[in-house]
Amino acid sequence: MSARNRELMALVPASLLLTAGFAAIFIQESEVLSDISLTYGAWFLGLCFAGHLFLRFTLPHADPYMFPLVAVLACFGLVVIYRIDEDLARQQATWFVAGLLLFALTILLLRDLRVLERYRYTIALAGLVLLFLPRVPGIGQQVNGAYLGVGIGPISFQPAEFGKIAIIVFLAAYLRDTRQVLVQGSRRVLFVTIPPLKHFGPLLVVWGAAMLMLVFIRDLGSSLMYFGGFLALLYVATNRLSFVTIGMAMFAVGAWFFASTVSHVEERVRIWRDPFDPAWVEREGYQIAQSLFAQADGGLFGTGLGASLLRSPDGTSLIPAPHTDLIYAVITSELGLVGACGLILVYMLLVERGFRTAMLASDSFSKLLAAGLSAVFALQVFVIVGGVTKVIPLTGVTLPFVSYGGSSILANFVLLALLLLVSDRARRPGGAIGRRGLR
Amino acid sequence: MNAPIARLFALVLVLFGALAFASSWWTVFGAEDLRDNPNNRRVLFEEQRIKRGIIRAADGQVLAANRALSGERYERRYPAGELFSHPVGFTSLDRGRIGIEDFYNDPLTGRRSDPIGALERLLGPRDVGDDLRTTLSPEAQEAAYDGIGDRPGAVVALDVETGAVRALAATPTYDPSDPANAETFNRATQGRFPPGSTFKTVTATAALDSGRYEPGSQVSGENGKVISGTPLNNFGDEDFGQIDLTTALTNSVNTVWAEVAEELGKDTMAEYMRKFGFYDDPPMDYPDEQMVPSGEYGPRGRLLSPTSGQIDVGRMAIGQDKLLVTPLQMATVAQTIANGGVRMEPRLVEKIVDPDGRTIDEPLPEEAERVMSGESAAALGDMMRNVVREGTGTAAALEGVEVAGKTGTAEIDIDAGINTLWFIGFTDRVAVAAVVERQQGGFGGTVAAPIAKAVLEALGE
Repeated sequence: MSARNRELMALVPASLLLTAGFAAIFIQESEVLSDISLTYGAWFLGLCFAGHLFLRFTLPHADPYMFPLVAVLACFGLVVIYRIDEDLARQQATWFVAGLLLFALTILLLRDLRVLERYRYTIALAGLVLLFLPRVPGIGQQVNGAYLGVGIGPISFQPAEFGKIAIIVFLAAYLRDTRQVLVQGSRRVLFVTIPPLKHFGPLLVVWGAAMLMLVFIRDLGSSLMYFGGFLALLYVATNRLSFVTIGMAMFAVGAWFFASTVSHVEERVRIWRDPFDPAWVEREGYQIAQSLFAQADGGLFGTGLGASLLRSPDGTSLIPAPHTDLIYAVITSELGLVGACGLILVYMLLVERGFRTAMLASDSFSKLLAAGLSAVFALQVFVIVGGVTKVIPLTGVTLPFVSYGGSSILANFVLLALLLLVSDRARRPGGAIGRRGLR
Repeated sequence: MNAPIARLFALVLVLFGALAFASSWWTVFGAEDLRDNPNNRRVLFEEQRIKRGIIRAADGQVLAANRALSGERYERRYPAGELFSHPVGFTSLDRGRIGIEDFYNDPLTGRRSDPIGALERLLGPRDVGDDLRTTLSPEAQEAAYDGIGDRPGAVVALDVETGAVRALAATPTYDPSDPANAETFNRATQGRFPPGSTFKTVTATAALDSGRYEPGSQVSGENGKVISGTPLNNFGDEDFGQIDLTTALTNSVNTVWAEVAEELGKDTMAEYMRKFGFYDDPPMDYPDEQMVPSGEYGPRGRLLSPTSGQIDVGRMAIGQDKLLVTPLQMATVAQTIANGGVRMEPRLVEKIVDPDGRTIDEPLPEEAERVMSGESAAALGDMMRNVVREGTGTAAALEGVEVAGKTGTAEIDIDAGINTLWFIGFTDRVAVAAVVERQQGGFGGTVAAPIAKAVLEALGE
């Protein structure tokens, strides 16, 4: 079966999931909701099918599973957001259409990925500007002490979502050139391999940027995400664990320093260590404490879609930000451990396809790009799900494709487009891989 | 570059594994702790969505029902008010649950443990609970409160054959609709009182059932006998001379029973006390936190071993020393003697009924233990009938029904004349214990016996 036909077949489970999910919510709240809801499902499937047809013509050899996996995630997200708020789901569906258009546009414009290599420094600059945009007076927005949003007039977006892609593109292009020098030019001092400063300089800039983010953006989670993506790429490019060790040590020192000096970060860590402390359980710790309570309600199989308690009878929220930061807690509460693990499994499969694409790619830039994008995507999932489940301090990043949010949907569709572009090139028959009979 | 990519993916697997582990921790293994966390209001809100089962008295009178609130929530209301607050208890967002409301929370909220119930739970939580029919009699409850008045005290009445609790009254009582200000201490199950001479029934059980004494055994009622190295006096320093055991109970002769217990020894006394249920939480369908065991209590409020060297067995035998008992325990003693020596587990609920009126469960009368032989019980019953016929307990006598009983006047402060006053007794059908705490003057026979009589009358005796 050809790759595209397999993709088409893989869309079937996504459609079943979507139909079942909407039907479940419709049954649960039939008095409140209109039956128009059921047509959402049909529209959404039509869009997925359109996306599939587009890929059939533009990237016929690309990985057949990534797009259906993303469709599953997006369906899942739409169902849960619909359950939380009907209006938000409508907006999210609009963003999904916009995301698909941007996805198509990216694929059409970047048929040759080497364009990205040529503009690497421009892209790096754009990425840094995007990251610091939220601190620009007048347009920056502060949410829960962290600077993650930008608002211009009625439009508000989270530039960090796009920033992460720009940084990865730059690093992939930069490391493609310098990886040989980094490895060969390094000296061993006391069992530690030190890379040549000249070529390592720009990388130190990235480290500095991650640290500055801690100070300016005040968000441990997103800086962990960026710096983790950077280290992953550095490791893939050089295959030197010592670089990563040095990098992690530097990040740890920096994080520790800022965690104890920047009050916002310090507070997050304090709450993370004991969310139930009476001093803040009803205030700063409310979010994580309520998140855990909601998950405990879920048990093995959950309370059922639409059956979890989101609000107390007097109207106060029992799961703050249920459609963005804490959407994973809502999912666990309603679908239980089984549903939560299913979601993690889908992310894992998607990341696996990403890394596989990186391994199949024939040129260094494509390899680094696919590996970096997959790593940063996986890290984003880890940062938010880990925050909600108290593995790490809770910070506000979105759950890719599932959380409500236009910037998140758009940026992640660009990420998907880049991965598929790499994949199509790598799997094209007649290429190195095709001749060996691999698909 | 493929090897590091593969290793990177392995790291991602580890990280995602950590996420799955954390999720399973919060949803399954650690979920119980989170649900018990005092900051977790979800559990309470969820229970508000359930229409709890109705609790009724034995005659069908509604003791606890629901009032609808906004948003399909329900609030408890207690039409019977203070009369039934101690046995029924309450359920409150702030103060939690007590009483029957707590012990039977699972059926009241519709949780069933049988396989069908478990299957139903998979289909979603039920929102209507099962109803309870208690064994409590409103007339008896009212008679008990009328009798005690506003003095601190308690009354427990048990069905002789089944152990069904017909009355469970304690003062002060409280309004269950206002849990915030409720003084929930239940003197009937948590009150520890010196039993005074009512305990002589336990000593008499040990004496008769061990085969060492008979009702006609001759004993010395001499005043001022030395017990455990100290002279012991009879009430009013009366010297009874040579008498039989029946007379010694009728006139509540201290020196006789103290000497009998010393003869029997600590081990025999401990054996019979254990059989009666002393030293254990009572096996009633009521929360354990609201019941205390009866027995000898040491200086730091801990139960002493019944064979401990600190126990003065002679004085314990007449209800003195460090012996502290609950009214529920003494009612059980009376019930056991009346029931031919078989102690029954006290039961507050006789039937669990689902919202459609089908009976789901009828907790059957449960035999706790045979304490003594039928003959011993019959002989002791005769001796106790004599107490009411011509002894200290005449105030409990009823028209047309023979009542057996034993009075108790435990001296709390001899100089001030403050006593705790007791009566335990039974007819063929009902056993009762009544206590009034720390009264200036009065005797068990003049204060507590009339209360017991009124409760017996209310129960149709």
